Amino acid sequence: MRIDGKGLIDRRKPISFRFDGQRYDGFAGDTLASALLANDIRLMGRSFKYHRPRGVLTAGSEEPNALVTTGLGPAQEPNVRATTLELYEGLMARSQNRWPSLGFDLMAVNDLAAPFLGAGFYYKTFMWPKAFWEKIYEPVIRNAAGLGALSGEANSDKYEKAFAHCDLLVIGAGPAGLWAAMEGARAGLDVILCDEDTQPGGRLNAETETVGGMAGAEWAASVVAELRAMGNVRIMTRTAVIGAYDGGTYGALERLAPEVAQRPGAARECFWRITAGQAVLAAGAIERPVAFRNNDRPGIMTAGAVRAYLNRWNVTAGRNIAVYGNTDEAHRSVRDLQAAGLHVSALIDARPHATCDLDVPFFAGAEVSNAEGRQALEAVEIRTAKGVEKIRAECLAMSGGWNPNVHLTCHMGGRPVWDRDIAAFVPQPGAVPGLHVAGAARGVFDTAGCLADGRRAARAALEALGRKAAEVDLPEAETARYDIWPVWAVPGKGRAWLDFQNDVTVKDVRQAAVENFRSVEHMKRYTTQGMATDQGKNSNVAALAVLADATGRGIPETGTTTFRPPFVPVSIAALGAGAQGKGFAPQRFTTSHDASVARGAPMIEAGLWYRPSYFPQAGETHWRQSCDREVQMVRRAVGVSDVSTLGKIDIQGPDAGAFLDMVYTGMFSTLKEGRVRYGLMLREDGYVMDDGTTARMGADHYVMTTTTAAAGQVMRHLDFVHQCLCPQMDVRFISVTEQWAQFAVAGPKARDLLTELLGADQVDLPFMGCGAVRIDEIDARLFRISFSGEAGYEIAVPARYGAALFERLCEMAEARDGGPYGMEALNVLRIEKGFITHAEIHGRVTAKDIGMGGMVSAKKDCVGKPMAARPGLSEDLREELVGLRPLGEIKELPAGAHLFDEGAEAMAENDQGYVTSSCYSPSCESVLALGFLKNGRARHGERVRLVDHLRGVDTICEVQDPVQFDADGGRMRD
Amino acid sequence: MRITCPLCGARDRREFYYSGAAVALDRPAPEAGAEVWDDYLHNRDNPAGVTRDMWYHELGCGSWVVVTRNTVSHEVIGTALARDEKGRGA
Amino acid sequence: MTELTAKTPGAGIFPFEIGGITAREETPEAMTAIAPYKGREAEASAALEAAHGMALPAPGRSTGKAGARALWFGRDTALLIGPRVDASLGRHAALTDQSDAWIVVRLEGAGARDVLARLTPLDLREGVFKRGHTARSELAHMAGSITRVGPEAWQIMVFRSFARTLAHDLDSAMRGVAARAGA
Repeated sequence: MRIDGKGLIDRRKPISFRFDGQRYDGFAGDTLASALLANDIRLMGRSFKYHRPRGVLTAGSEEPNALVTTGLGPAQEPNVRATTLELYEGLMARSQNRWPSLGFDLMAVNDLAAPFLGAGFYYKTFMWPKAFWEKIYEPVIRNAAGLGALSGEANSDKYEKAFAHCDLLVIGAGPAGLWAAMEGARAGLDVILCDEDTQPGGRLNAETETVGGMAGAEWAASVVAELRAMGNVRIMTRTAVIGAYDGGTYGALERLAPEVAQRPGAARECFWRITAGQAVLAAGAIERPVAFRNNDRPGIMTAGAVRAYLNRWNVTAGRNIAVYGNTDEAHRSVRDLQAAGLHVSALIDARPHATCDLDVPFFAGAEVSNAEGRQALEAVEIRTAKGVEKIRAECLAMSGGWNPNVHLTCHMGGRPVWDRDIAAFVPQPGAVPGLHVAGAARGVFDTAGCLADGRRAARAALEALGRKAAEVDLPEAETARYDIWPVWAVPGKGRAWLDFQNDVTVKDVRQAAVENFRSVEHMKRYTTQGMATDQGKNSNVAALAVLADATGRGIPETGTTTFRPPFVPVSIAALGAGAQGKGFAPQRFTTSHDASVARGAPMIEAGLWYRPSYFPQAGETHWRQSCDREVQMVRRAVGVSDVSTLGKIDIQGPDAGAFLDMVYTGMFSTLKEGRVRYGLMLREDGYVMDDGTTARMGADHYVMTTTTAAAGQVMRHLDFVHQCLCPQMDVRFISVTEQWAQFAVAGPKARDLLTELLGADQVDLPFMGCGAVRIDEIDARLFRISFSGEAGYEIAVPARYGAALFERLCEMAEARDGGPYGMEALNVLRIEKGFITHAEIHGRVTAKDIGMGGMVSAKKDCVGKPMAARPGLSEDLREELVGLRPLGEIKELPAGAHLFDEGAEAMAENDQGYVTSSCYSPSCESVLALGFLKNGRARHGERVRLVDHLRGVDTICEVQDPVQFDADGGRMRD
Repeated sequence: MRITCPLCGARDRREFYYSGAAVALDRPAPEAGAEVWDDYLHNRDNPAGVTRDMWYHELGCGSWVVVTRNTVSHEVIGTALARDEKGRGA
Repeated sequence: MTELTAKTPGAGIFPFEIGGITAREETPEAMTAIAPYKGREAEASAALEAAHGMALPAPGRSTGKAGARALWFGRDTALLIGPRVDASLGRHAALTDQSDAWIVVRLEGAGARDVLARLTPLDLREGVFKRGHTARSELAHMAGSITRVGPEAWQIMVFRSFARTLAHDLDSAMRGVAARAGA
């Protein structure tokens, strides 16, 4: 219910929302959890396994119980913590893991079956029959257990990712963090201050403390205002730093405020990668629940949460409240509750030596042994030395002490250290380079201590940055003693919950120990403790304390499991922000792209490039019709194809020739100016890396082409060879792939076409010649090279003219019964000629394998030459490039099929080779293939069996020379 | 992870392409023999501690950078341009 | 017959304006990569100074001014933007025409830095990346060049073929930044 008070809600701004279809009202500043409590709703969810009724336990991001689903359809988001979900007008939230309703959940029968469903029950119960596991047991269990569900639709929300840089990152804006930021900012640093809450202040927003003569929350607001005004501080609220990474890099998840996230173009979340010179971790601490029988009843909360709801949101989960704790925090709770006019029915202090000066029924050295009420707490049983007493309470504020948030200090392998004095783990100093821990995250639990510790951490960061600290006076704040009497689990019958979210009880952990899962890592996996969305924030330390007890070891010897990022759940959508649709990968478009699309060409991806598959004409209903026509068009008339996507590298310098000699198997330093040579590039291990042509444009000037696929790899390789192997060479190179739009013009009428375009004198090039030409006053380059086996040229113009030249070339080709051709035809043309692509030079073939052993010059060294000569790469029985033609009825020779001797069984031991490329050749009127066959060059004319197990093809084909059309190459040269 | 490119300064790891041990700088003579070449190409130490390896500033300036780092602590101890390191031994 | 007319990389794609930030294509007359030969940096710089009035830039810096600027463009390379390079430089450096290889976009307006923070991991803070500073870096998965040309103005370059992707990613980042206005 809502009570009077001066919280941080804005009562002038009412907000209506829906929970499970019912309309409720809250105020601006509320979370869904505080608004539900204000509306007397304590039951907010059902547990993972037993479907136990659950209420809100905490007031922060560690919340294990109050998880809801928001949004509908593609915008549906499961497992949203009601404790961090800001209320906004129109919010619709639904409870999870219940059917048909939250109040009446049929699956709650699981709770009655609890004796059979303890730790490891899957492993023990569903052993046989084996076949039942996948089809029956697993689906049934998955259906019965779990939290929220995904919609199954693609997420429609926008997510962002962004980078930020600062001198000092402060993680957490409680007193320690605020003061660390102040010290850093006053010293002139660029500061980023992150806090996962909507309002900076940390516990100051939840307590009734005085700092600097003001209410804590007011003081926090004044510090924030001062920091904002300084200009060198960036305050990022709603931003949880989720991981610490190498080199001062931190990951952070920002949830945008609902009113911002709803604007057009806005992201819902932003994933930040923050690079910081130094960082201060002031992430605070999380209060521990105590395990006792039925400690999961709605209405039982951590004491800090009870105070936060009371002081910040002015709500309470009941009028009668019992308080149970093992530090002075319990007394603080009583004071706050009584000051708000609420009735505290009992103060149960576990410390036998505790005294009390408050007007409240007080039980020292006592414990809560049971809770009554099913869907809501009704009473608690208090066990003292004198016996058991039952006391009415609708709400129990419990505190088992505080666990410092050491998580980020463990992300680079650090292990937290047990501190006996506070019965908690504290960070291992120096565990993350450049990260200084301050305040409650280091076990300093009073405000004055936190402020001083924030100063200390900031000054350590300043020193590391070589900067001078500024003189700033620390404000006055309250000091407090932290006197704890460790209580983990109250002895007794029944189930006492440790991990609320994964339904793990004290008994489950003890059972694990009995079954010899004594390591904390084994216990975790056996019981699933700590494996839900809260990652054990509420339960890890208590669970390992119970395990330590059960195994007769101490807590430090038992140790913790590994803390890994993220600190709070991060949706995959945020991590992969921007990668949906067009953001998945950049797209590269050629200058002829629009013209190709206008001609109806389906565009296919070639790396990041898009290239036309074929250019359909009226009446063509199948790609093969278009492809066959385009092949015949090139063979009979003339075709035009955009080859701009091939890598082009401009190479200049006195040592350009010597450099090419080093990277190519062939000799390029002797290539004549105005000539082009085919080159084969090897990896240092002797296998083929790439191929292409290189033209010598001048004495010290070459232009290399690479395949489309390997352009990036070749550039990296050239840089490697130059910088790491031959730095003495005076050579410079740069990519000119994008500078030139280049088009192949191929076919018997190619020369005629180019004569019209350029004039006869400019076209007069020998086969494998090149030169500068001019088209309409534009400087262009002409190469007489062919990848089709026809008389062919490639003409290159500065890319700005690419679109226009492509149109003109198409018009000129069409006037000669030719036209553009696409990738399909290009592929057929080259298979007919036995020209290789990366289908053949796939990383496991040598120059000799593809019949180019003779191209490895004997006169010089080159990359890959020494290793190409090693035994195994040079012997005769390797698989060699061959052509294949079908002989039998079946005319398919699919790429990927394997080759066997005729009559041999089609099994791995008999494998003789495989098919790499295949097409229907209109020129040969046959299906053709290229492939590799053991000792293939000596086997031309042989019959081999071809089997494709995947596609069910089994046929006989004849081994041929890879060049199956125009064997002497006369068409190219004439 | 951050790598300091000797030319560009401290940069995000995503700008770099990783290729392996800095042994790559010491290409043997062509006639050095199978064993030496086998070592050069295939055999690598796997130190728990300081290692030197090659990173290419692919989305940056195009430099090959020799990075000395600790595989246990992930600390980057130093960086140098490969062309300057060439011949100093791996 | 089709006229051989020139088309800029950003034709039909740029300019656009979102939330007061503009993305406009720039079309310098020429762009030339200048890569001094081994040990010839001083001569190349002197020749650049003599011909175009600016020295070769140091790593991460640019020289010259709007209309005629030389950017450091990677290892051993500067990019002269604006004037057609004087042939005299060819004695000391490899000269390569890059006029058509890149799309050049000027991103300008309050919040332009926030837009870039969504596209590049570079540290572009006011005091770190000052006017005239330049960097080669990642720009939304593309290899790019970023130069600060004014208090709120940045020149960004990626390969010509990426023009549409650049526009798409800029658009998305600009909308995200614009939506946060006042937040």
